[in-house]
Amino acid sequence: MLTLHCPYCGIQADETELAAGGEAHLKRYGPGSSDDEFETYLFMRENKKGVHLERWRHAYGCGKWFLAARDTATLEVYGTYAAQTSEPPVEVKAAIRAKHPGWTWKEQA
Amino acid sequence: MKRYSVFAVAREGLRYHTGWERAWRSPTPKKKYDAIIVGAGGHGLATAYYLGKNHGITNVAIIEKGWLGGGNTGRNTTIIRSNYLQDPSAAIYDKALKLYENLSQDLNYNVMFSPRGLIMLAQTHHEVRGYQRTVMANQLQGVATEWVTPQQLKEIVPILNIDGPRYPVLGGLYQKRGGTARHDAVAWGYARACSAMGMDVIQQCEVTGVRRDGNKVIGVSTTKGDIDCDKLGMVVAGHTSVLAEMAGFRLPIESVALQALVSEPIKPCMDVVVMANTVHGYMSQSDKGEMVIGGGTDSFNNYTQRGSFHHIEETVRALVETFPIISRLKMLRQWGGIVDMTGDRSPIISKTPVDGIFVNCGWGTGGFKAIPGSGWAMAELMAKGHSPLAEEFHMYRFREGKFIDESVAAGVAH
Repeated sequence: MLTLHCPYCGIQADETELAAGGEAHLKRYGPGSSDDEFETYLFMRENKKGVHLERWRHAYGCGKWFLAARDTATLEVYGTYAAQTSEPPVEVKAAIRAKHPGWTWKEQA
Repeated sequence: MKRYSVFAVAREGLRYHTGWERAWRSPTPKKKYDAIIVGAGGHGLATAYYLGKNHGITNVAIIEKGWLGGGNTGRNTTIIRSNYLQDPSAAIYDKALKLYENLSQDLNYNVMFSPRGLIMLAQTHHEVRGYQRTVMANQLQGVATEWVTPQQLKEIVPILNIDGPRYPVLGGLYQKRGGTARHDAVAWGYARACSAMGMDVIQQCEVTGVRRDGNKVIGVSTTKGDIDCDKLGMVVAGHTSVLAEMAGFRLPIESVALQALVSEPIKPCMDVVVMANTVHGYMSQSDKGEMVIGGGTDSFNNYTQRGSFHHIEETVRALVETFPIISRLKMLRQWGGIVDMTGDRSPIISKTPVDGIFVNCGWGTGGFKAIPGSGWAMAELMAKGHSPLAEEFHMYRFREGKFIDESVAAGVAH
């Protein structure tokens, strides 16, 4: 079973007490945006085979949203971090690069 | 290719089965094909088959990373039905069902299509209203389905517990023409027929890149070298995003794991397929006597072809209440596949931003039933540039808000 460390209440949470929330760090578009931007925000997803940054909610715990870096090809977890960030923290990036040397954060690419 | 027949069986029986030829060739790739289909699962092989049969395009290669039919084609619960709410869905799924009805004769390969009937249980009042609406929609679409009462259901499925208490059976949506088929045989039959038309089925050949000249596809790079083509069909289910990234575009899909399991074989006890969407489980009995059980998908993105144990537990726990006799059954095998989910839970059969590349994906948790219709539409789209069956399943419908919303219509199991 997948277990993730909740950065708020600090426990190792089982998958059964978590709710998956899909891809993280989506750029949100509001009124006045183009059809392209709306489509990208609402429907287009990276769907990576490999490093995936995603949202989770500790639904049957503290109830808060947090973010996780996980590998969809191996199910390895590289780290979890608070939701109030616009990019993964340094230590999570380092953990990812230890396994995927060429990996770059999308905003830097 | 020698035809399979009762005389062939008799002839081979008399000479110790030494005369059977291989069902399909294992050729080395040619330098160039008119069309390349990536993915030798049911949908890919059916696409190639109808390209040859309906449109006369036989210079075709079907490239497969693993082995033939080893992805979702060999991992599903083999359910076939066409009782969809939306008109475009009913059209393509019913086309598939009609093709399934004659597929064994068409392919000269026994796909063991068994139109044993299919029931979707309504276990909440919401579902009662939903399925009664579907019955009426189906009548307008020319798809024969009917509403059955709990008492009728008890006669059709004696092992059903209609009293609840948690999930009482309030009625059901019954499609008598629905049923099951042998999933491997569908892939094998199409592969044999494609090979007989001169097409190359190339297994263990992974596509590593898509080669373009400007905005036009010119071929693919594979583990067996570069292969050129005029048209490229991507029919790779869970890995479609990976392949689309190679070609330089994105798709509105996410890949998640879906699991199924079978019990030990028991004597015949249920001669229809039963789906219980409220508790999210569906069950049928295989010819070997195993109860074949499917459930819901995992919630997170996953490419590993294995799912979470607690989902199996949830599925079986929920079904035990509706089918008390399975409570003592041992479960023999469990497996997972990677399904490609779209936002409206309907497939994508579409041209793409790259000239010459066509995509057939997004079948999510319910692709097996659609294989012949999907191949028919995709072949027409690749050959002619448009297909009435595929018209509304294009990939730009999300931008336009023209959803074919089966996620609401079908509940969940699909």
